[in-house]
Amino acid sequence: MSQRNRLEGGQIDRNTSLKFTFDGKEYEGNQGDTLASALLANNVRLMGRSFKYHRPRGPLTAGSEEPNALVELRGGARQEPNTRATTTELFNGLMAKSQNRWPSLAFDAMAINDRFSNFLTAGFYYKTFMWPAAFWEKIYEPIIRKAAGLGSLSMKEDPDAYDKGFRHCDLLIIGAGPAGLMAALTAGRAGKEVILADEDFRMGGRLNSETLSIDDMAASDWAAQAVAELATLRTVRLMPRTTVIGAFDHGIYGAVERVSDHLHTPDEGKPRQILWRIYAPKTLLCAGATERPIAFENNDRPGIMLASAIRSYANRWAATPAKRIAIFTNNDDGHKTAADLQAKGVEIAAVVDTRADAPLNDMYQVLRGAQVTDTKGRLGLTFAEVKLADGTSRTLECGALGLSGGWNPNVHLTCHQRGRPEWNAGLAAFVPGGTLPPGMSVAGAANGDFSTHGALTSGAVAAKKALGLKGKAAKTPQAEDTPVSQTPFWYVEGCSRAWLDQQNDVTVKDVKLSHQEGFRSVEHLKRYTTLGMATDQGKTSNMGGLAIMAELAGKAIPEVGTTIFRPPYTPTAIGTLAGRMKGMEFHPTRLTPSHFWAKERGAVFVEVGNWLRAQWFPIEGETHWRESVDREVRQTRASVGVCDCTTLGKIDVQGTDAAAFLNKVYCNGFAKLAVGKTRYGLMLREDGIAMDDGTAGRLAEDHFVVTTTTANAAKVYQHMEFVRQCLFPDMDVQLISTTEAWAQYAVAGPNSRKLLQKIVDAEFDISNEGFPFMACANITVCGGLRARLFRISFSGELAFEIAVPARYGDALMRKLMEEGEEFEVTPYGTEALGVMRIEKGHAAGNELNGTTTANNLGMGRMVSKAKDSIGSKLSERPGLNEDDALKQVGIRPVDPSKKITAGGHLMNASGPVNAKHDQGYVTSAAFSPTLDSMIGLGFLKNGGERQGEKMRLVSPVTDLTVEVEIVSAHFVDPEGERVRA
Amino acid sequence: MIIDHPLLGPRDSAEFIYMGDAAMIDRPNPETASPQDWHDYAYLRDNPAGKHRELWFHEGGDRSWLVVTRNTLTHEISKVEMARDVARARGRSK
Repeated sequence: MSQRNRLEGGQIDRNTSLKFTFDGKEYEGNQGDTLASALLANNVRLMGRSFKYHRPRGPLTAGSEEPNALVELRGGARQEPNTRATTTELFNGLMAKSQNRWPSLAFDAMAINDRFSNFLTAGFYYKTFMWPAAFWEKIYEPIIRKAAGLGSLSMKEDPDAYDKGFRHCDLLIIGAGPAGLMAALTAGRAGKEVILADEDFRMGGRLNSETLSIDDMAASDWAAQAVAELATLRTVRLMPRTTVIGAFDHGIYGAVERVSDHLHTPDEGKPRQILWRIYAPKTLLCAGATERPIAFENNDRPGIMLASAIRSYANRWAATPAKRIAIFTNNDDGHKTAADLQAKGVEIAAVVDTRADAPLNDMYQVLRGAQVTDTKGRLGLTFAEVKLADGTSRTLECGALGLSGGWNPNVHLTCHQRGRPEWNAGLAAFVPGGTLPPGMSVAGAANGDFSTHGALTSGAVAAKKALGLKGKAAKTPQAEDTPVSQTPFWYVEGCSRAWLDQQNDVTVKDVKLSHQEGFRSVEHLKRYTTLGMATDQGKTSNMGGLAIMAELAGKAIPEVGTTIFRPPYTPTAIGTLAGRMKGMEFHPTRLTPSHFWAKERGAVFVEVGNWLRAQWFPIEGETHWRESVDREVRQTRASVGVCDCTTLGKIDVQGTDAAAFLNKVYCNGFAKLAVGKTRYGLMLREDGIAMDDGTAGRLAEDHFVVTTTTANAAKVYQHMEFVRQCLFPDMDVQLISTTEAWAQYAVAGPNSRKLLQKIVDAEFDISNEGFPFMACANITVCGGLRARLFRISFSGELAFEIAVPARYGDALMRKLMEEGEEFEVTPYGTEALGVMRIEKGHAAGNELNGTTTANNLGMGRMVSKAKDSIGSKLSERPGLNEDDALKQVGIRPVDPSKKITAGGHLMNASGPVNAKHDQGYVTSAAFSPTLDSMIGLGFLKNGGERQGEKMRLVSPVTDLTVEVEIVSAHFVDPEGERVRA
Repeated sequence: MIIDHPLLGPRDSAEFIYMGDAAMIDRPNPETASPQDWHDYAYLRDNPAGKHRELWFHEGGDRSWLVVTRNTLTHEISKVEMARDVARARGRSK
């Protein structure tokens, strides 16, 4: 008997009772309840505190438009703030807490704000926290942040999964009320692929909340029967608990399906929610309408609700907010609520009707031409003050007050592509207008067809029209067809602390104030007062604000215009938008064929784009990464090392014009490259800036293998396809990326040839004479396995790169390690690779940084003037070729024990240190075990002429000043003898 | 958005990479172009509010470059062509 306010009837399962807690107190509800309906049934009206003034609040609505009853659900890592109690399906064990109150919901210390409301008016923040500017970061912002926000986050990782999916259909129907159901029946019976999505867990829309009948059946029974028929139709997909949140381009809709929100924890392997991308050439919006409230003094007390919401609670959920209820209406719909309530045994205190000619009846008292002027009740409504037509006042004792100010069609999705709703004077409401998203049409109450018969008919007609169905429409079921007349009545004269936007605490007074301060545009009003900017997007408040603004400006509502709605229709969790794309699943992870071998060796990995690359390979006894890296460098330079360079982009270029094509994309020449030779190539952007570098080996007259840097592989491929298709469409050349097809390894060091000779098949001569520096060839290894061999060197040592089909990469690496034991071979990672390339003075990503030219890189002479290539013309611009242009140099600290850092700037040995006197900057720095000193590469004005000069390297960010010497960028083997050995 | 690929039919725009103004096809003739021509080609792009011809690369598909005529205000796509055909029609060859 704890459910004091439970009525008879309804669509709840009285045999299944569910236990739940609210603010720690235990309650009971039934299957089919929402959290709000169950709380109301338990005589709980107070569910939260308002955002700014911490006013006690209860639910205003029974649906997703709810501004007030926001609660925190669940606990632990699943704690979920700001969830609407009105849409939360009750389940056994549900834990809910109120928000924005301290220490308790009934006594909230911050409610003191309410007393200071005169100060906390529209634009309060703008006016108050203006100056001094220095106060912002330290004082104002922390205060505002602390006071702002409603619920709190768990700060723990969400344990649930969120999925994304794709669906296609002929017709997407949004909303399963009378119009949506009728449309789905029409399209489904015709065999069309239909998706019927509804945000509710029970389809039927208002039919579940009304006592009217359809074809001599209770409306909710008719809805259940329609849903049952639809479930048998093969081409119809029913998606309850699914909110269509946005209408995007070309018939693409976003929809959130709450798969497991109604469960304690998701079923094994099931996601919490799914974000669907629905492709629908035709869409029918049947989103219904939302009742609008009337503003008057203190209209926000718990128990003051939309009349239609009270009707829903009574009819669908058999719950009432109070035993004695008054209604405040300006139309006949309010009387429906009174009649339904009375039929359920709820006492009607009175129906306060603003119309002087309001219909009278003998069931309950009607106060014609009367208005509610104020209310009482600290934590819940107790009395309503009414001003009667004759000017006298009367106090009504009531625990709830239903407001009925007419209905607004739910036009939101029609605005998502900037469609502007139009004012319909007959309905005194905005209806869909302007240009709707292509393929969208609107039916039922969303289109202003407010009667049940009108909704059923328009749903059927619109579905037929959208799909071009021939033949006669099925007979529309019999239903009420009362013509709707709405006379606007927005607020009671003389009120000031009358809430329009209850979630953001915006009152009639705030709107008046903003008008007084000169805000005339509806968009400005919105931003200045924050009206309609809360999580409910002003679904119950925008119209009221607009109407008052129009009145103050002496304009008609359509002249003032309306703000439009943007996606999402209802608040959507970030986790839902992210789906599985979090942590390591944020992007795909690419592993090279010998990844697991490297893992076995204990490699430390680093992310390079999507790839995981071995960074270094620690061995027993090494505790610091530098120890491993230094050893790898020394061992490679002393004997032999192997590095996995599979991740470099590889592009196969074939065709009779292959050489001519490479001549276009590389600034240096490739036409004369002999078969069996490799050449370094520099690619420029058309503006003359270096884009990428790599090598191209000519395996046959019409076959080149191009490599790119790991980072730019996709971009370079895209660029080459652009050049091929868009600039030189008649060249006989084909491109294909073979990055994944070949596993490739650099084998470097004085013993690299000896090591390779042990695995390269005997018929291939890889001696210095038979296979000189920059040679390339198709060979076989290990007794017939096809391979490609390139004699190229990034490390500056005698070196080769060997490629085998990807599936043999792991085996090849193991083989190289096994055969290399006698040379004390070492694998080396990207760090040692980087150290060695800096020691050798090879440019890499740090140097090809999107601002440097061939001239800066010391490769100016490589840009061929004998031919046209991408970027060659603009690289000749005078601005890029001034005498003091930056040139790549090497940098060493004068005191070898000193550190130098990339990003530091070079300044003259004496003189001011500032941007004006900047001489250049350091791009790469590393400790060189070979030179036993830090070394760096960088760009220096006129750097070619300044070797031996002492300069200052400064980094104000790290507070560093080091004396450095400018040296050749080639720290190791400047003559290049080793690579040719 | 959905792009109606001339060879592959309607494809989701997520499969594509966008590059912008299709005027990129009109690379100046290196024999005759003035520095101004090169400057304009490298730096000037139209950004109209309305119909725009733009280059899209079908990276997640057949790797063809397309010229898509799209209304930048409504995102309506009125024409999709193979960039290679457009280039040839504009006199490009080898």
